[in-house]
Amino acid sequence: MSENKMTVAKAMVECLKAEGVKHVFGYPGAAICPFYDELISSGIEHILVRHEVNGGHAASGYARMTGKAGVCIATSGPGALNLITAIGTAYMDSIPIVVITGQVNSDQIGRDVFQEADITGASEPFVKHSYMVKDPSVICDVIKKAFYIAESGRPGPVLIDVPMDVQLMECDFDYPEKVEIRSYKPTTEGNKLQIKRVADSILKAEKPLICAGGGVFLSDAKAELKELAHRCDIPVVNTMMGLSNLDMSDEHFFGMLGMYGVKAANHAVRNCDLLILLGARMGDRAIVAMDGLENVEIIHIDVDPAEIGKNVNVTTPVVGDIKVILKRLLETVKDEKHTEWMNELKAVKCETKPVPAAKPGTVNPKLFICELNRQLEKDAVVVSDVGSNQIWTANNIYLTEGRFLTAGGMGTMGYSLPAAIGAKKACPDRQVVVLCGDGSLQMQFMELATVMQHDIDIKVIVFVNTSLGMVREFQDKLYSREIAVDLTGSPDFDKIAQAYGIKAETVTDISQAESAIHNMLSSGKPYLLQVIVDKEENSII
Amino acid sequence: MKHTISILVENHAGVLARVAGLFARRAYNIDSLAVGVTADENVSRITIVADGDDYTLEQILKQLNKLIDVIKVRAVNENELLTRELVLVKVNCTPAQRSELISIAKITEAKISDISVNSITLELSDYSAKIKNFEELLRPYGIKEIVRTGTIAIQRGSASLTI
Repeated sequence: MSENKMTVAKAMVECLKAEGVKHVFGYPGAAICPFYDELISSGIEHILVRHEVNGGHAASGYARMTGKAGVCIATSGPGALNLITAIGTAYMDSIPIVVITGQVNSDQIGRDVFQEADITGASEPFVKHSYMVKDPSVICDVIKKAFYIAESGRPGPVLIDVPMDVQLMECDFDYPEKVEIRSYKPTTEGNKLQIKRVADSILKAEKPLICAGGGVFLSDAKAELKELAHRCDIPVVNTMMGLSNLDMSDEHFFGMLGMYGVKAANHAVRNCDLLILLGARMGDRAIVAMDGLENVEIIHIDVDPAEIGKNVNVTTPVVGDIKVILKRLLETVKDEKHTEWMNELKAVKCETKPVPAAKPGTVNPKLFICELNRQLEKDAVVVSDVGSNQIWTANNIYLTEGRFLTAGGMGTMGYSLPAAIGAKKACPDRQVVVLCGDGSLQMQFMELATVMQHDIDIKVIVFVNTSLGMVREFQDKLYSREIAVDLTGSPDFDKIAQAYGIKAETVTDISQAESAIHNMLSSGKPYLLQVIVDKEENSII
Repeated sequence: MKHTISILVENHAGVLARVAGLFARRAYNIDSLAVGVTADENVSRITIVADGDDYTLEQILKQLNKLIDVIKVRAVNENELLTRELVLVKVNCTPAQRSELISIAKITEAKISDISVNSITLELSDYSAKIKNFEELLRPYGIKEIVRTGTIAIQRGSASLTI
């Protein structure tokens, strides 16, 4: 027997090792047992989550911090189906993850046997690609292709479904160095003529503006974005997914645009004469800022041609990798100054709203986040959930070398804690802080067990208002008050944390924030802060 | 507006589902669909006639191109295309009506594929409008059954869609 002969299950693990995978996130079950049996002795660390969906979110957080595809694993049927929300979340935010699922034995497929689900079919709308492996000889090729597809072009989730009997079949282990997919050739180099046009437009513009999205992270183009903003003196606004791709202390940074954005950013969009969309797909929440925008030249730079012209009419499209295109552009542009335009925006940015005093026994979340900003390390990773907590964080967090993570596109509640677990495994030396609400925490707090079991030092801040704040706000405006979401019956999260063996504190007045945040950040262990906020607190504060 | 879209895809299981699923979830309308293998047995060709404005067509083409199994996509202007559909029509036909129907077949260049005591089955391969006209001609006799394929299309002249 050749020494490269092994079971498919072992080959799968060897492929992950060859791909450089150090951590995987998952939840086993019968149909994936052969793979798990090989994984245990492989040296790859397996983080056992408490719900499959969180394995997917953890892989997403991991991928976003490493720039490599995160790996999550589940068994067949319910295990695989539980992953769908995480797959959809990664798909919407273009996050590279490789999803491995067990499947029932191949001769039983289609017979509705125990724990059978058509996961390649069910996940089809949310994957970049998927494979069902029935032939043991293709496993290495499939895994190589899966990583390549997930990470290249516009990144996204790729699913590999492997029936249990196939996992036990024998194959030759031969991990290919390169893959060639004739039908998949993403464009990375931007068209030279178009790049020249962009440079000309920048030179002509009096009020240019960059709207930088999540694509800047995906193509690792933070440095190029900064250089362009500085050399051509162009202000920058962010979409939610783009937040922290420019140092927030940079004078060119004017915050998040859109429905839940800040005044300076939306003023910039409405008054610019050239708008450069950089790796931003201009979702409906962002696009609100552009209502009624006419006679503005719009340049859209994106690796996915399907995003260009989908939501915004574009004057100059440039398809390709942002880093590659910006590098080319920086060779062409001239240094410029737009002092008047910058001053106009700085004046709007300086306008401050008074912060109303919080009701007794509650904390104003804006003031709380400001205190957090004072104490966070420079390169902290801040993960927000979805809802009011997300908007409070997005508009008030202050990150210079840090990173902001959130589920921007899908708006998936319960993303923050598992994503933070993934982020912490990816960068153990950085502070990782979760900001969530009492609604979202209740969708994910089972992962506190994962945090304890694997000794993952993340800090959780939960804003408690006993309601779904943003939904309450929405219902308030559109419907009558009586149906507002009420989370009465929720537990004391301080006690919940302690039940898991996690230290916790409750903050009911802003005067306690400084010491509570200090205790949390200096504890060296997982920590939870329960911050009581007013039920009436709106998302825009 | 109708658009005829030719798609070359990898000849795998599940590819048609991916293509059809894309149309369904993005709310693009399919008027007709035809699939068959090409000269290269690893490649299939899907021909879809879809309805939509120019924006929709652009999106359809871009989204199709994103599917990993899609090798090539092309929408060709109608007047540069040779299109065909195949139809089988079974009509009521008494012995007395036979000569009438045979003459219809002759004029329309349809083939008589089957005949029985009280029915006749005609076969016609032509472009959509001609087939519609054919159907109208046969309707007065009483159509018992009609089976139509989706449109297939090829570019006129020497231009071709290959990988």
